[in-house]
Amino acid sequence: MTAKQPLLSVQNLHVKVEDKEILKGVDLNIYAGEVHAIMGRNGSGKSTLSYTLIGHPRYVVTEGKILFKGVDIVEMTPDQRARNGMALAFQYPVAIPGVSVSNFLRASVKAIRGKDVPVKEFRQELKAQMKKLGVADEFLGRYINDGFSGGEKKRIEILQLALLKPALAVLDETDSGLDIDALKIVSEGINNLSNPETAILLITHYQRILNYVEPQFVHVFQDGRIVKSGGGELSKELEARGYDWVLQELTSSAVS
Amino acid sequence: MSAELIQDQTIGNIGNDYSQYGFQDKEDYIFKSGRGLTKEIVTKISEMKNEPEWMLKYRLRALDIFLKKPMPRWGNCNLLDSIDFENIFYFVRSSEKSAKNWDDVPEGIKQTFDRLGIPEAERKFLAGVTAQYESEVVYHSIREDLLAQGVIFLDMDSGLREHEDIIRKHFGTVIPAADNKFSALNSAVWSGGSFVWVPEGVKIEIPLQAYFRINAENMGQFERTLIIAEPGSFVHYIEGCTAPTYSTDSLHSAVVELIALPGSHIRYTTIQNWSKNVYNLVTKRAVAHADSKVEWVDGNLGSKLTMKYPSIHLVGPRAHGEVLSIAFAGEDQHQDAGAKMVHAAPDTTSLIISKSISKNGGRTSYRGLVKVYPNATGSKSSVKCDALLMDEKSRSDTYPTMEIDEKDVTIEHEATVSKVGEEQLFYLMSRGLTQDEATAMIINGFFEPFTKELPLEYAVELNRLIQLEMSGSVG
Repeated sequence: MTAKQPLLSVQNLHVKVEDKEILKGVDLNIYAGEVHAIMGRNGSGKSTLSYTLIGHPRYVVTEGKILFKGVDIVEMTPDQRARNGMALAFQYPVAIPGVSVSNFLRASVKAIRGKDVPVKEFRQELKAQMKKLGVADEFLGRYINDGFSGGEKKRIEILQLALLKPALAVLDETDSGLDIDALKIVSEGINNLSNPETAILLITHYQRILNYVEPQFVHVFQDGRIVKSGGGELSKELEARGYDWVLQELTSSAVS
Repeated sequence: MSAELIQDQTIGNIGNDYSQYGFQDKEDYIFKSGRGLTKEIVTKISEMKNEPEWMLKYRLRALDIFLKKPMPRWGNCNLLDSIDFENIFYFVRSSEKSAKNWDDVPEGIKQTFDRLGIPEAERKFLAGVTAQYESEVVYHSIREDLLAQGVIFLDMDSGLREHEDIIRKHFGTVIPAADNKFSALNSAVWSGGSFVWVPEGVKIEIPLQAYFRINAENMGQFERTLIIAEPGSFVHYIEGCTAPTYSTDSLHSAVVELIALPGSHIRYTTIQNWSKNVYNLVTKRAVAHADSKVEWVDGNLGSKLTMKYPSIHLVGPRAHGEVLSIAFAGEDQHQDAGAKMVHAAPDTTSLIISKSISKNGGRTSYRGLVKVYPNATGSKSSVKCDALLMDEKSRSDTYPTMEIDEKDVTIEHEATVSKVGEEQLFYLMSRGLTQDEATAMIINGFFEPFTKELPLEYAVELNRLIQLEMSGSVG
């Protein structure tokens, strides 16, 4: 892989869910070391993009490519993509009763790293990450997401990413449902994922998380495609002027 | 061990399970009954065991009952009707099992042993080609401890020889021969099983497992177990194991009787994983006296057809009963299992938790009874059945029966049937687990309320086994 090759290259991506086209030609390149944010209204297709990237079976790619590390991953199963270095922090992670957080984390770390981590070593690593994210020890024995509050679920999602160290972390509305203290802690967790070899794609409705996680690139999503891209300042402009401003600008440019 | 030595033992000690020694030049010196079941065969069995007259009479009466009783018209009638009683050797495990050697054990079972990492010695034991785990020394000290506490732990045949008075008093009192066709059959031809007697106030710390016994007959075709817990005592008995148990016998029909005297506590754990040619028709019942507690922890993984409904008769005030069961039915399997709670005294409480999984066209049924007699005031019962279906062609049914003849009671019943959730699978797979691993994890979670009640090594094995079942690699 040359330095110039994007880590993720989405090309003319069209996606259907139950025969309804949701994504209508998305183009996006993300290079290692970058932080991107996708912003848009509810229902604009942002979450569909995140589910499609990680390979949800109900999201069917009808056209276009998703190149990850230079390879088209459209035919890959979610676990293959995960082992390839992609991870999604879910907006609404599901509960799995009877499966403890610690067993699950160990199994997924083993799957992603391709080898078992000695228990003691794993515990140390886990405890250190938990401390950073303010996750109490008792969570290890609890069942995954079972009875967790919204904020607890988000912290555990970030905890997972911190352990899995994906090359590309996709975060779907990770800021929703967090109070300001939790938002700061989670944002710090996200920033810790970032390094010159990795990239972050942040999907969000609100600008406020971007005060803590600063993207170099901001994309505006509307009706299943990216309608405007810019630098970090674009998010502030959106915050100040609203999404309508982008749409009006689009309409007027179409007219002119 | 030479054939001569075995021959001597066989003749001199007929009650022990000579069949498990796995010698191969058989049939010259072993008694073998003809096919079918007759008075002569039952008499011969009793004679060869040198049993007292009353036991012979008991057997013969049971035989009469068995022959007269019609086949049950519920459960899985088609499969039940396909049992050919005329074509079964009732006292022939000797020749049948002795014909077995490691080479005869099906490849699928061997592979499963491999994947489970079962030690060589245990594999042969589980496959019925050797007598015991070769861990004699460890178990010897356990036996010494039990002896020092006055605990009796013998195979049933030895128990009858050495403690006839206790057995005569209790044998068949919890499950009479006439209870059902299969308890009658067992009463006529029983052999092996465990006899446990725990003295007053003695709490046995380690679970008793059948292979602690000397000359154990662990997995008989018609085993008979009787456990008596004297007041204030505690015992946990474990039978079976998670690894598949290969058997050429097509019919297994055990009877297990538990007697929990006031203030005692009996826990009976079973993991049944018979090979998939076996009919497993078992009667298990406990009598719980005042302030006692009885728990059946019952796991059914193997067999072609299992019909088993562990029961607890709560006959003393404040007695408590629990049945915690799981069933797994794969292709061509039907697990018809459940529980029965009979509240016959005030302030008795019971809990039934039943969890089942059907896969590849397998079928599970929960069949249960909660009965409350008049005057069993203040009784409480809670029943919870959860079934998980792995695909469209599998099946699960619930047949709960409630007979409540007292008003002052609290009865809860809850039943769910669900499918493995697409979102759960996707979530786990997005963390790198393969579909098989993810499915196994969800199922392990589903069974967790059961597995957490097992000794650790059993729980670990069970989880591994489920993982193997999910990857479709278990024969």
